[in-house]
Amino acid sequence: MSTRKTTNRRAVRYHVLVLDDADRTVDAVRRLRRDGFDLHDVYTPFAVHELDVEMGLPPTRLPWMTLVGGTLGVTLGLGFQAWTATSSWPLNIGGKTDLALPALAPVTFESAVLLAALFSVATLFVASRLFPRGRPPSQPIAAVTDDRFAIVVREADAAFDPGKLAGVANEVGADPFIESWKVE
Amino acid sequence: MTEQHDVSQSMDPRFQELIPGAPSLSEVTNEIAGPIERGPGKLWWGAFATAASALTLGVILVAYTVGTGIGVWGLDRTVGWGWAITNFVFWVGIGHAGTLISAILLLFRQRWRTSIARAAEAMTIFAVMCAGIFPIIHMGRPWLAFWVFPYPNTRGPLWVNFRSPLLWDVFAISTYFIVSLVFWYVGLLPDFATMRDRVKGWRGRIYGWLSLGWDGSTKSWQRHEKTSLLLAALATPLVVSVHTIVSFDFATSILPGWHTTILPPYFVAGAVFSGFAMVLTLLLMTRKLMHLERYITPDHLDKMAKVLLTTGMIVGFAYATELFIAWYSSNPYERFAFWNRAFGPYGVGYWIMVFCNVVVPQVFWSAKARRNVGLLFVASIFVNIGMWFERFNIIVISLSRDFLPSSWTHYVPSMVEVGILVGSFGLFFTCFLLFVRYAPVVSFHEVKVTLAEQKHGAHHAADEDPVSPRSNWTGDTFGTSASRTGGIQS
Repeated sequence: MSTRKTTNRRAVRYHVLVLDDADRTVDAVRRLRRDGFDLHDVYTPFAVHELDVEMGLPPTRLPWMTLVGGTLGVTLGLGFQAWTATSSWPLNIGGKTDLALPALAPVTFESAVLLAALFSVATLFVASRLFPRGRPPSQPIAAVTDDRFAIVVREADAAFDPGKLAGVANEVGADPFIESWKVE
Repeated sequence: MTEQHDVSQSMDPRFQELIPGAPSLSEVTNEIAGPIERGPGKLWWGAFATAASALTLGVILVAYTVGTGIGVWGLDRTVGWGWAITNFVFWVGIGHAGTLISAILLLFRQRWRTSIARAAEAMTIFAVMCAGIFPIIHMGRPWLAFWVFPYPNTRGPLWVNFRSPLLWDVFAISTYFIVSLVFWYVGLLPDFATMRDRVKGWRGRIYGWLSLGWDGSTKSWQRHEKTSLLLAALATPLVVSVHTIVSFDFATSILPGWHTTILPPYFVAGAVFSGFAMVLTLLLMTRKLMHLERYITPDHLDKMAKVLLTTGMIVGFAYATELFIAWYSSNPYERFAFWNRAFGPYGVGYWIMVFCNVVVPQVFWSAKARRNVGLLFVASIFVNIGMWFERFNIIVISLSRDFLPSSWTHYVPSMVEVGILVGSFGLFFTCFLLFVRYAPVVSFHEVKVTLAEQKHGAHHAADEDPVSPRSNWTGDTFGTSASRTGGIQS
């Protein structure tokens, strides 16, 4: 996402290149970056291998949230069991120690897995803004969920050269059009 | 040998085409979405009517059981766990394989999983739902089922016993259900988006809501792939833990026939075996009902039959080990339990189990048999039956004759119990049929990834020297952008 400006709200033009092939999309992204275009995003019908690397996206930090969830699960799961066994309602079962750790392992493990999984998915939903709604406004054309690949280039400043963009589009066989659907 | 095989072999022996004919991306979308949009045929309606009738029977009999009491079942003081707990373990076993298949095959980068994973995951959800019903109605007062969870109450608060395997089961199965559901749904998100962008009207709006505004941006795909991989990595040990814990319900008690350390691996192997059999049953139905022969190919069936053969032999080995250890222990109770299992009053059940689980899968040594749809269907049904009997044998035969001959009984299920089992099949198939009717049973986006890899695989295989004719993939590491289908790079 591009940074939001506090003043001078203006319609920013976004140019969309539409392709019908994953390899040529990766090629186009490579050329556009080389030529200094501001790549807004690329929309694809499936996870195109290496596309995130070509776009220069940093790896997702989502696994850290999985770790947080897992750690929280162990802490809460074990902590709650230990508290009920030793403090809230200790039970003498066959003279065994109150805090019989091996017996607490299964529930601790399950709570760790549960929270790790839920934290991962919740992070995906929050970070990618997934919530019940219709077609998202960010999607440039509907066919990106079928067989089209859309590269969205942001017209960042006066140095933007539409002729050059058309040249790249021509080289990779893309179908370019302008769409200004966003106000910054 | 089918036609697509000859095509692939002419290119390179290393490269095996998973989706024959290399359809275009929009062809994939149309072929998978087509049957959903066109509506079901007569076969589907026939299957649905049968399943819904069975479900209705089940609902009536469950209502009768709850209204009258557990006395309408054939249980007594000796056999306190009978038909219902057998069904519970049976369904949990089937449920466990779905996520195992999907997650383990993902971690091991088996590209052929693409076509079967979604159905297997759906099977898991519905099977665990069926399983969950049985312990709840077995309580007799199902409206108090929430007592199994620790919650602040006015009785102390008195907590649940965290040292009991039955309580571990509650946590294991609820966690398993939630994680499986989430894994399935996350995989479905981009596919619901595809349906949203195709279907007009109120149905399109429902798909829109279900797709949570998925837009296919690269950043979202990156997170989506990472989430899928993490969920698979979490689900794999989870599956093993859950069926291990189910086996603890038996293994930690001191009854001969139950009190044995082999039960955890035995249960896990049995779950994979029965689950693969059920996936096979369902996929053979689905490819016929939804016309997905191009995506669920004889190659897929062949691989599943091989898994069935392997796990069947693991299960057979476990049966032999059990008998040997019973003899080797020199413990008269243990020896009696197994002698009684094979040659006692329920001996027929034991031999049905051996025939269905050990003998029947041996036909899959033949490559022809592995590609024979009719034979596969019959064999998968046999395995389902055999695995149901395995659980019956463990539970009922062990209970009916324990240490004290004066308390021996002969348990016979009542018609109510039999009807509830039929009803659980009704629930399972009703849910599954509705699922194949309204949701893409083969994942659009995963098939498209497989196609892209197939294209690359063909190019690379042609460029490089053939290394091994057996490998059909070119290797990958756990890279950042490993895809849900196992991103293949070279």
